[in-house]
Amino acid sequence: MLAQTSFDLPSVDWGGLTPLLIMAGTPLVFLTLWSLASGFLPKRTPSIVATLAGIGTIIAAAIQWGRIDGGDEFATIAGSYTVDGFSMLLTMLIAAAVSLTAFFAHDYLEREDINSAEFFVLLMLSASGGIVMAGANDLIVLFLGLEVLSIAVYILAAAHLRRFESQEAGIKYFVLGAFASAFLLYGIALAYGATGSTNLSAIAAAADGGIEDLGLLYGAMALLLVGFGFKIAAVPFHAWTPDVYHGSPSPVVSFMASAVKVGGFAALLRVFWSTFGSLADDWSPMIFALACLSMVFGTVVGIVQDNVKRMLAYSSISHAGFILVGAEAATTEGLNAALYYLTAYTFIAIGSFAIISVASPHGDDATSIDDYRGLAARKPWLAFGFTVLLLAQAGVPFTTGFLGKFRVIGAAIDNESYVLGVIAMLAAVVGAFLYLRIMLAMYAGDDDADAPTGRDAIPWTATLTIGVTVAFTLVFGIFADPIIDLVNDATVFEAARG
Amino acid sequence: MPVLLAADVGFPLLPVLVLLPAIGAAILAITPSRRADLPRFIAIATSMATAALGVYLLWQFETNDAASFQFGSEQTWIESLGISWLAGVDGISLWLVVLTVLLFPLAIVAVDPEHSPKPYFAWLLVLQTGCLGVFVALDLFMFFVFFEIVLVPMYFLIAQWGHGNRQYAAMKFFVYTMFGSALMLVGMLSLAFLHRNATGGDLTFNLVEIAESQAIGTNAGRWIFLTFALAFAVKVPIFPLHTWLPDAHTEAPTAGSVILAGVMLKLGTYGFLRFGLYLFPEASHWAGPVFLTLGVIGILYGAIVATMQKDLKRLVAYSSVAHLGFIVLGTFALNSEGITGGLLQMVNHGVSTGALFLLVGWIYERRHTRQISELGGLQKAAPVMAAFFTVVMLSSIGLPGLNGFVGEFLILVGAFVAHRWWAVVAVVGVILAALYLLWAYQRVFHGPAEGENAEMKDLNAREISVLVPFVVAIVFMGVYPKPVIERMEPAVDALVAHIETHVDDFTEPVNQDRGGSGWNEAVEAVHGSHGDDHDDKGHDDHGGDLDHDDHDHDDHDEGDLDHDDHDHDDHDDDHGEDG
Repeated sequence: MLAQTSFDLPSVDWGGLTPLLIMAGTPLVFLTLWSLASGFLPKRTPSIVATLAGIGTIIAAAIQWGRIDGGDEFATIAGSYTVDGFSMLLTMLIAAAVSLTAFFAHDYLEREDINSAEFFVLLMLSASGGIVMAGANDLIVLFLGLEVLSIAVYILAAAHLRRFESQEAGIKYFVLGAFASAFLLYGIALAYGATGSTNLSAIAAAADGGIEDLGLLYGAMALLLVGFGFKIAAVPFHAWTPDVYHGSPSPVVSFMASAVKVGGFAALLRVFWSTFGSLADDWSPMIFALACLSMVFGTVVGIVQDNVKRMLAYSSISHAGFILVGAEAATTEGLNAALYYLTAYTFIAIGSFAIISVASPHGDDATSIDDYRGLAARKPWLAFGFTVLLLAQAGVPFTTGFLGKFRVIGAAIDNESYVLGVIAMLAAVVGAFLYLRIMLAMYAGDDDADAPTGRDAIPWTATLTIGVTVAFTLVFGIFADPIIDLVNDATVFEAARG
Repeated sequence: MPVLLAADVGFPLLPVLVLLPAIGAAILAITPSRRADLPRFIAIATSMATAALGVYLLWQFETNDAASFQFGSEQTWIESLGISWLAGVDGISLWLVVLTVLLFPLAIVAVDPEHSPKPYFAWLLVLQTGCLGVFVALDLFMFFVFFEIVLVPMYFLIAQWGHGNRQYAAMKFFVYTMFGSALMLVGMLSLAFLHRNATGGDLTFNLVEIAESQAIGTNAGRWIFLTFALAFAVKVPIFPLHTWLPDAHTEAPTAGSVILAGVMLKLGTYGFLRFGLYLFPEASHWAGPVFLTLGVIGILYGAIVATMQKDLKRLVAYSSVAHLGFIVLGTFALNSEGITGGLLQMVNHGVSTGALFLLVGWIYERRHTRQISELGGLQKAAPVMAAFFTVVMLSSIGLPGLNGFVGEFLILVGAFVAHRWWAVVAVVGVILAALYLLWAYQRVFHGPAEGENAEMKDLNAREISVLVPFVVAIVFMGVYPKPVIERMEPAVDALVAHIETHVDDFTEPVNQDRGGSGWNEAVEAVHGSHGDDHDDKGHDDHGGDLDHDDHDHDDHDEGDLDHDDHDHDDHDDDHGEDG
């Protein structure tokens, strides 16, 4: 029977898929090889493989980006997966997150005595989900990517077998994440009901062409925003963030705060900024509310925390708010600003949590602010690196963090959203208080405190990861052109705009 | 239009000047810690080299072109956002640059940190780069980043090498001043975008271009001015935004206090001139009365609160509030005398208050207390210190013949011409300054010396050699301010002319000889719109005084000390008659 039915197989541009194929194929092949040959290979192999997979993906994405540069963006596999500057930039970010995280995670896992190849396999699989999200031009494909991304991260969150908090984080993240996925699916269903398609280009055309039942589409937008809001940890869908960031192993948090956020924003920007671009007047108030709430709530609640991981969790909520400020503008400026902020924050977040993971002693538990007392006396360079990243988050000049804030607020003001600009800056000032508290603790007093952080030697892998992120933050904060130009090149597949 | 004159000194003087301390800091960061004396040596060498460059800049500065931006350097920074490195020095920024390059090495030599010298000196040098960057910046973005970055080194200096409640003071300092400049970023972006939309050109942050075209609407200009003014008002600080200052100054280490008072407060007053008056002439004129009033309140408030302080360092800190009030008064007088006086007073305050903080720091080093009640009779044990303290204190009071007098006098002349009653009230501040400083001096240095006070060590050779440049500057600028003023005046006059051009029905408030019939109208307008407190007869009297004042001013430019004294008396007499 089946043999008689003929399918028109959609044409596949394999070249455009190479970044995804590398990131998705490596873990599958590697898992097989590792199960056969693990006895003959050094223990660090999984970490190195994941790092190389990330680098390979970045190179592949760069090649594809070079190919499509100049307006040759296209969608392949029956228009369900786009290869454009936007997806390539975000693919590179996610791959960079994999490389940097995997590189230092090995020594962390060894210290915690939970090392296994599965950790790195899951990391790569999760990233491949994020890459699918970055390029998805179909709501179903997007959902597929989101689930691949999420499920792997649920497991990673619970990877620290002997820590109760880690198990709790895994469960919490899973239950709430599944709940958010349900919202997202419902939104997809409504969007399909309203427009008759799940393809984003088709939806964009329908939305632009004046469909009859806008109410259904509004419902779809609201529900989709709930789903994405959860992934990017925007208030009021943020409740999981502090607990999960606190409980999860620190390298996993590095990945969550960077790659998972990038995936979430990829979906949000592609669906709202690009697909529903013609309805910007309708959705930008929702984003406005989300942005304000995230910035204000993230910073205000963040400053009263007394655990560094929780503080940075709340700060990641407020950063999501800042990125939304760029998205709210619904202009090319706004998109570029949001993408720039996302790029800057990716490196800052990876570096910050890498520092937390090496500062903590065995057990990954010493993360209260008192534990950081006198860290500067014990590990001056570590404290200096952390200071740079914290100041970048506070938006101090000569860092990429400052330029990120400068650009999103510039985009808001260019769009005459003065109120949002003022709220954003005030939130930034309150936020500075949060980062200064951590800095004060680190630079307070001498080594005589019995604080447990910074006692162990820092593995060279972590030194390199932290060094890369700090250097990225400082160098591109001063010589800003390369990254700004790169991000400005991240054009979105035109057909998706309808 | 002020032009940007290219540097003809054969090398990019300003970029080197600004970056040299930062390079020194980077070298410091990578020096091995075991060499205990090395950080200090590197810091001194770097700051001395910077000072030499700064003096070279002063030497190369063309007095005739003081209204133009000299040593111009331009380099695209972030191309797609229209941001460039754009630097130049004119008569307004010249002396602040010189003050900065000279004060830093003195502060570095004067006191050693109590611990960890390497990061201490590195932060000080980073701070110097930040301050210099602010003073030479002619691009709004560049100005903003330098204006903000100075918070970081100062935060660390207070938090790590400060006294007492230093962590609280550091946090308050950082968050308070960052709050001030947060809205400035919004204002700056609004300005750039509105300018672009109004002119139809590319996005630019070029200060001169935006200021000269004055393309944005009046209302928008006023709002944006307020965001800038808030940032500067916090930094100055203007009453009632001064509450961070006493904490920060008191808890900071001695060198930190010197720099904080000497240079960093000037970032705000300089900001008012360059990014307030120049960028928003209309709004500055519009908001002028508010700032004049706040300036006068600051003068009186700072003086009264200083009188009541028990802590010597806090007293000096509050005296800064009063002195900065004078500078604000002069700035918003919007005439040549007032602004020149304000500018001069910025330098004077840096010199005198810097020296005062050094002296107080040394007293604390020896006695481990700053409580005035626990000190007393120090004169007997430390006569040299007492002598230096006397000179510096008298300069701070504004004794004729010393630098403080020249600045305050010009400010009062300018303010008197423009806004008579504000000036009259402000004069009380001069008297109060004498009260709190002399009283403090009396309690600290006179009387019987008991216990440790009797055994306090006098200044050593190093400390004396640090103070000598201060005293030389104090006396030189008091006796012969002409070289300083003649380099400022063309730039100040150009600024006032710029305000006149861009503000309808505003003419520089001067006497009739200089301003023609225009100034009467200006006074009419000012007094008409801001509440009358005196009648027309007052105006006529006023005019009469002005001839005199102008005459004083000319003499004063000759730099003749005797004349100054004489004029000052006359001036006071005039007040008596008016009253």
